[in-house]
Amino acid sequence: MAGTENLYVVGDSDFDQEILQSDIPALVDFWAAWCGPCRTVGPVVEELAEEYAGKVKIAKLNVDENQGTPTKYGVRNIPTLILFKGGQVVDQIVGAVPKSRIKDLLEKA
Amino acid sequence: MYDDLIVLGAGPAGLAAGQYAGRAGVRVRVLEKGPSGGQMSDTFMVENYPGVGPIAGAELAALMEEQAVKFGAVITRAEVSSVRRDEQGFSLRTDSGTEYKCRALIVALGASPTKLGIPGESEFTGKGVSYCAICDAPFYRDREVAVVGGGDSAVEESVYLARFVSAVHIIHRRDRLRAIREIQEKAFREPKIQIHWSHIPVAILGKDGVEAIRIRSVKDGSEKDLPVYGVFFYVGLRPNSLEGLADLVKTDERGFIITDENMGCGIPGLFAAGDVRAKRLRQIATAVGDGALAANMAQQYLESL
Repeated sequence: MAGTENLYVVGDSDFDQEILQSDIPALVDFWAAWCGPCRTVGPVVEELAEEYAGKVKIAKLNVDENQGTPTKYGVRNIPTLILFKGGQVVDQIVGAVPKSRIKDLLEKA
Repeated sequence: MYDDLIVLGAGPAGLAAGQYAGRAGVRVRVLEKGPSGGQMSDTFMVENYPGVGPIAGAELAALMEEQAVKFGAVITRAEVSSVRRDEQGFSLRTDSGTEYKCRALIVALGASPTKLGIPGESEFTGKGVSYCAICDAPFYRDREVAVVGGGDSAVEESVYLARFVSAVHIIHRRDRLRAIREIQEKAFREPKIQIHWSHIPVAILGKDGVEAIRIRSVKDGSEKDLPVYGVFFYVGLRPNSLEGLADLVKTDERGFIITDENMGCGIPGLFAAGDVRAKRLRQIATAVGDGALAANMAQQYLESL
């Protein structure tokens, strides 16, 4: 499933290629349809995808359809946002937080 | 942006206020940072709202939103960061710097789960510590988890978790549950639920994530570790707030807004409704009642100007 122009949708199969091997830092939003707070964060992540286009690759990963990647990164709660750089985890945020806090995370990219 | 009435928050109190005000012909805007519904959206099934249900919390939220919009309420997604009084009424500023002004204001910001502040709780938030069973239950499939608390939410969510996990340990500081009988009986019928009476959690243990919870008997002080993969906290609520609000309202010792019987906060044109208000019962039904009354009082206030 394709996202909007600057918002990527990734899964277990292309996580390595799209996120870990990304030329620029990447932020992944781990989410699911059943999760209320995920619907709070979702639109904010979409806005940030536009604002950070070309600087940080911003992607969503549906944990319902992709269970390998959340397990690999120890995700036990959603929404979880993880920032990757050069294939490594830089930092993460758990739960619905204000946009300003996600921006603070992105500044670490 | 200028409106006659602004409602802060689109949970059941805010949506009911929006609906009643809109239907009464008041120009009303509801400001909400997330999706409509508030805590209702994180509730798997709502079983006690009169006339509808059992119904999924998210579905009830969608119905309430639809009805409010149908009667003229405008719902705007914005994160309000501060409030102050001005010559016309009230002025609100969002985190992106937009200003909203209104003559009457209903504060329906709701409440959030309380943190206990025990060792490991913050450290493992997102790594096994959770405040939302409906969000995170599938990550705990066939694992053991603990639920801290003994009220309606704690017990109801334990029953929900039991569909996924291999065992639920309810940690409760008293020797009987506070949850209503019907919910208690569901828990007692569920073989996966084990209740640790008269115990309090003292620490959450683990390396990269939750591995165990240490609990202490309030009777004899003895401690033991329960191996669990997750800990869900349902130990009560704290009111949501924003900058400047404390200068305008009186609160009780826990920060809930004290109102008169008609939702007034002591300043003309300022009202509070729902879980953010100091009261004895926080339910969708009571929130909706607060919202309707606050909207009516706001309407009367606006007509008196």
